[in-house]
Amino acid sequence: MNMQQAIKMTAAETALVDAYTAQIGDLPGDGSVLSVRDTLVHELRTAGLPTRRVESWHYTDLRTLLRAVPAADPTAFADRVDALVPGSTVFSVRNGQAEIKGNLPEGVTVRSYVDSLLDGSATAGLAVLGFDDAIGRINGGLVRGGLEIAVGDDATVENPLEIQLVQSVGQAHTRFPVTFGANAKATVIERHLSTKDGESFVSSVSDITLADGADVIWIILQQQGAADTHLGQIRFDLGKNAKLHLFVINAGGKLVRQEIHGKTSGEGADFKLRGINLLGGESHTDVTFTLGHNVPHTTSTEIIRNVVFDRAKGVFQGKILVAKDAQKTDAKMACNTLLLSDDADLSAKPELEIFADDVQCGHGATVADIDHTQLFYLMARGVPENKARAMLVNAFVAEIVEELEDDEALVEALEEVISTWLDRHA
Amino acid sequence: MLEIKNLHARIAEDGTEIIRGLNLTVKAGEVAAIMGPNGSGKSTLSYILSGREDYEVTEGDILYNGESILELDASERAAKGIFLAFQYPVEIPGVATMQFLKVAMNEQRKYRGEDELTTPEFMRRVKEAAAELKIAPEMLRRPLNVGFSGGEKKRAEILQMSLLQPKLCVLDETDSGLDIDALKIVADGVNALRSPDRAVVVITHYQRLLDYIVPDTVHVLYKGQVIKSGDKTLAHELEANGYADIIEAAA
Repeated sequence: MNMQQAIKMTAAETALVDAYTAQIGDLPGDGSVLSVRDTLVHELRTAGLPTRRVESWHYTDLRTLLRAVPAADPTAFADRVDALVPGSTVFSVRNGQAEIKGNLPEGVTVRSYVDSLLDGSATAGLAVLGFDDAIGRINGGLVRGGLEIAVGDDATVENPLEIQLVQSVGQAHTRFPVTFGANAKATVIERHLSTKDGESFVSSVSDITLADGADVIWIILQQQGAADTHLGQIRFDLGKNAKLHLFVINAGGKLVRQEIHGKTSGEGADFKLRGINLLGGESHTDVTFTLGHNVPHTTSTEIIRNVVFDRAKGVFQGKILVAKDAQKTDAKMACNTLLLSDDADLSAKPELEIFADDVQCGHGATVADIDHTQLFYLMARGVPENKARAMLVNAFVAEIVEELEDDEALVEALEEVISTWLDRHA
Repeated sequence: MLEIKNLHARIAEDGTEIIRGLNLTVKAGEVAAIMGPNGSGKSTLSYILSGREDYEVTEGDILYNGESILELDASERAAKGIFLAFQYPVEIPGVATMQFLKVAMNEQRKYRGEDELTTPEFMRRVKEAAAELKIAPEMLRRPLNVGFSGGEKKRAEILQMSLLQPKLCVLDETDSGLDIDALKIVADGVNALRSPDRAVVVITHYQRLLDYIVPDTVHVLYKGQVIKSGDKTLAHELEANGYADIIEAAA
């Protein structure tokens, strides 16, 4: 892409740059932060949003798909909702503004991300991951809320920590640097939802670090409104013997891109990605994943299940990079899809880039319709066709949820989300 | 109860005719055995009775309690009381056996305008029926038919049958893959369901099952037609002499 030549900006690009200009003097940050913001927005202005010509955006031409961006609405009000899992510690973030109150579990500390912008400690984290990091760029330019959460060494947090992002209308740009100390154990639910029918535009970046031996379940549950744009990104770095089980469920939004970018930095690290994409209507949902197996003896498995109805379009891009020294890497990636209408569409692009010579890596992708023998079996027992289909679709994704069996309340809550979505769409 | 009249049916996909002018009547209270060599159309008949869409009826009719069922889909036929015990029960990962049983029972009740079962009532019925068939509770906690042995799958079929209380039971090669102990358990389960208002159609290749489920009538199916009918002695005759004589006599 040409950085020098200014292009004619689209309505969405103009709206994003205007949002920045309108907030100059008001966006939090010290000198260094403000200078990074300036650079990011300048890049956005000159290079524009990524098009299909940028490889990592090939199936999600953001410049074409993002037709408009709603203006920020400082008067918008969003309600809090009940925690997904009863007993969770809820961090409420409404329309991009985090609040800190209430008791924290032992070993957990939290501070406002705004403070880190103001004292400049957030500066390094605002750097984009690469030139194609449009989400990092938009978010870094406009972020004005979020939380820094730290789970201390050896802390075991019994109940889930829920970061509850409720959006009504307008824009929200949030960031969540989260650190887990050595041998810390916790479950975090990053939950994005919408309480109004209005249009909203959300960018959110979570940046998490697991120290040696930390054991974390992180759930991203995206249930935004049917008119919403959601640009999410999670970055992770795994220390020695650290375990991260990342669970991504997309069950909402009109234009969604969830990026997952991680690396293993310590031997014995284990990463699991489980993804469920429930897609309907005219939505476009993209899950893009890269993982660097950077050191020897690390493992990962990735399973993505897509269910596509109506005229929805889904994208899964998964790229596993095994560094030259990362011998004995074991990585397996699978992307399975049920296409449930003639107009449903899914693009899957699994990639392996391996520079080490003693590794076990594999990937596979399947696309299918409902199994007719299974459908007949259920119907032959008196289950009407619609219900039988819903049961089979549900079964296709339920297998994934069941992997969280250690936390029954969580499994139940997620199953409820899935069956509610399917009841509405099937 | 069941009246099949001059039925002709073919595989929808390629048009191959499998059932060629089949006539059969089964009365309430009757146990009818359908026997025949491989490829005679036995399993196809069971699928057509239960409403599998891979087959097309081109001529004739199937009357169930005096009404044609050709326009009903599989779930409607099931709700009206037609049950097929599958030769190869289908594995469905991700669907818990208990959840499936509950949905099936309640959907049938809904169709018939009855109230749904309460959870305690449902549990009670399943527990009772499972105990009769020597089905361990652990098995019911697994996904439907997944990881079940051959015998467990057949017992699970009979469990479903006894819970759903159908009026017309079609057993497709229920004896295949069963050892003698399992066969007895399954046969006891079927016999327990015999009643004056219920009919059973037993499709089998061998006479062995009929020692345990004694039929009132025996029908020989060949090339999509019933070529001979008789009482239970016909089954013994077949066991002793094979199908060749009867086929020749019919030709």
